[in-house]
Amino acid sequence: MAIKEMEQDFIRPPQPPGPVKWIKDNLFSGFMNSILTVLLFPVIIYLLYQIFKWVLVGANWQAVSQFPMLFAVGQYPRDQIWRVGFIFSGLMFMLGISWGRWGGLLKSISLAAGSFLLLLAVLPVQHPQLDLTMRIYLGSTILLTLVGFLIGNKTRLKNTIIIAGWFVIPIIGIVLLAGFAGSEWLPAVQTTLWGGLLVTFLLAAGGIVLSFPLGVALAFGRRSDLPVVSGFSTVFIEVIRGVPLVTILFMFSIILALFLPVESRIDRLVRALMAVTVFSAAYSAENVRGGLQSVPLGQVEAAKALGMGNLKITVFIVLPQALRAVLPAIVGQFISLFKDTTLVVIIGINDFLGIGRSIINSDPEFVQMRTEVYIFMAVVYWIFSYLMSLASRRIESAMGIESNL
Amino acid sequence: MASQKTDTTAIPFYRDERILKIIAQIVSTVVIFGFLIWTVTNFLKAADARNMELSFGFLKEAAGFPISNPPIEYEAGMTYGRAFVVGLVNTLMISGVGVVAATIIGTLVALARLSSNWLLSRMALVFIEFHRNIPLLVLLFIWYFVVFSFVPPVKESLVWPGPIFINKRGVYLTWPRLTETGSTFVILSIIGIIAAVIVFIILRRRRKYTGKNTYYMPISIVLVLIFCVSGWFLSGGSPFQLDIPFLKGFNYQGGLRLTPEFSGMFLSLSLYTAAFIAEVVRGGIQAVNKGQIEAARAVGLNQLQVLSLVVMPQALRIIIPPMISQYLNLTKNSSLALAIGFQEVFAVGKITINQAGRAVPVFGLIMITYLSLSLLTSFILNIYNRRIQFVVR
Repeated sequence: MAIKEMEQDFIRPPQPPGPVKWIKDNLFSGFMNSILTVLLFPVIIYLLYQIFKWVLVGANWQAVSQFPMLFAVGQYPRDQIWRVGFIFSGLMFMLGISWGRWGGLLKSISLAAGSFLLLLAVLPVQHPQLDLTMRIYLGSTILLTLVGFLIGNKTRLKNTIIIAGWFVIPIIGIVLLAGFAGSEWLPAVQTTLWGGLLVTFLLAAGGIVLSFPLGVALAFGRRSDLPVVSGFSTVFIEVIRGVPLVTILFMFSIILALFLPVESRIDRLVRALMAVTVFSAAYSAENVRGGLQSVPLGQVEAAKALGMGNLKITVFIVLPQALRAVLPAIVGQFISLFKDTTLVVIIGINDFLGIGRSIINSDPEFVQMRTEVYIFMAVVYWIFSYLMSLASRRIESAMGIESNL
Repeated sequence: MASQKTDTTAIPFYRDERILKIIAQIVSTVVIFGFLIWTVTNFLKAADARNMELSFGFLKEAAGFPISNPPIEYEAGMTYGRAFVVGLVNTLMISGVGVVAATIIGTLVALARLSSNWLLSRMALVFIEFHRNIPLLVLLFIWYFVVFSFVPPVKESLVWPGPIFINKRGVYLTWPRLTETGSTFVILSIIGIIAAVIVFIILRRRRKYTGKNTYYMPISIVLVLIFCVSGWFLSGGSPFQLDIPFLKGFNYQGGLRLTPEFSGMFLSLSLYTAAFIAEVVRGGIQAVNKGQIEAARAVGLNQLQVLSLVVMPQALRIIIPPMISQYLNLTKNSSLALAIGFQEVFAVGKITINQAGRAVPVFGLIMITYLSLSLLTSFILNIYNRRIQFVVR
């Protein structure tokens, strides 16, 4: 009986509201609110109806569906396309392993990517680029991802090996994509032929990987006691942050050559990558510097009292705390870097956006379908940026950081 | 004495922090200056080999290119310097209008996002997530190449209330223009505003020190009104006349014409930035402690006072610094107008490089322009920021 009384005294967690109550709370909580709902509801229904009607009936997706390969890799020679396929499979394999090891959002991404590939592989339509070889390739990539999942899940592979794999495979990939001049098996492929999502990802991933260490170095440089180093870093950061990315892209594409020895020739794509890297590094540097400032001095003093050297203090005490504090800002910077890669169109590199534009301009018939092409590109960019911000939110909540935005 | 001696000898020079610092100083100086000198020598060699001039003398030469719809007088054949100024005015114009529009739209979206109405809040969320996750260039292309390309030709112009006429040639707004006697009104209004501000400051200070209610707000508003109304009558009834665009031949005349390039850039730039500003404003408002609002209500402040005296001052402290960087981003992003042929600083600079071939001086000029714009904006806004920040005593 005592137990029963106590049970009644328990404060139960509030029940999730029923649908009627939910509607009352969120849509009709007051007079103004009800009017707003009544006004908005038909507008939203009308908009949704128009959008669905256009997407399913009104739009002509031919300009998009006809050139999947152009959107993916640009003009990359079709007889060498297996190189791209090889890298893609490699990355899917790594994704599978990481899914098996860490799960979480990686699981959702793997499943989404896998089901997308599966859909492509079994899609009952006739498409010149979706032939049997392609279908077999897609199927085997799915299998490879699953094998990766089993390896990651069942074996005791070290985390460092998995992370190293994420670095090694892209590096092998870039060497493979470029090929070797004069080689019979792997002829060199000019970067002018690279394009599409391949270039977008290359620039974004390359920019992220290269700009981050540079940004950390600049942040330390700016805080350095050495006046030359701190002066140089400060001027560098402020100048880069003060001018638009287009300026820096043009600088690297037009006048960088003047500042290097005459005989040196840097590839166009590499120059674009350098510009993106330098630009992003200046912003990362300011983010990291914010993090460094947030580490209490006591931490450094305590580490010194324990007899740690300067390098050890920096690597094991200061940096981890600093980066943890500004992780949301850093990921935000990466997302904007991904979006900023579109600007390379202006210096004539055919990234994803550039390919779309050249498809539109290639045929008067496709000019009529520009709406579909631009909407398609917007959706693709949106999906990848949104995935990144979703991942960043997951990481934040997993690490217990509160984003202030 | 003896112990001191052993101390100094005990530390070998490669572990003495003072000496290490000097060495680091020297090494870093040599590396950085060596690198700079190396690039500059390369550059001078290249400049020499190609006979490049490094002066700004070309600015006085005649520019052979036209600029469509220059905001200030310009035609092909005027100097490069003049062309550059035209570009600068275009940049300032689009950034200025963009900042105002983005702030207004952003604040409205933030308020909608915070609304208790689920539908409205979701709509704001869709707006924010859509604009934040697509590149500005894609948004710009959608507005310019898609939306503006479906606008009807001149004869079948869309007419919106205003009247605003929208057609292939641009957006024609009805615009109030000063009549001949209108300057009296403007001058008197400006005097009135200045007087009101002075009175406002004096009376508010008196209130602050004496504690007496000096009615500084109503008094200064009445002052402005008196001056404006007297100006209105002195200028002969109506200082403004509406300049309504009208169809003449194949085109609209009169009104304020916004080119499709300007409109496309303006819309995409302000909507894109508005999404970021909305998140900044929302974060700022949400960061104000709920207890503050409850306490203000308990003290007996009304809804307006709670908002203006308690919530906004605290929210602004959080909002202003990220807002500054959004404004700077907007200014820098205006350089994307190059992609659709709106001729602002960067586009003019690029044509100048193609025509006059002075890549390095022109780039110097462009970078200095943007840098001074950024520094100026952040300088002004930082003064404001310092004023409203919490004073730690």
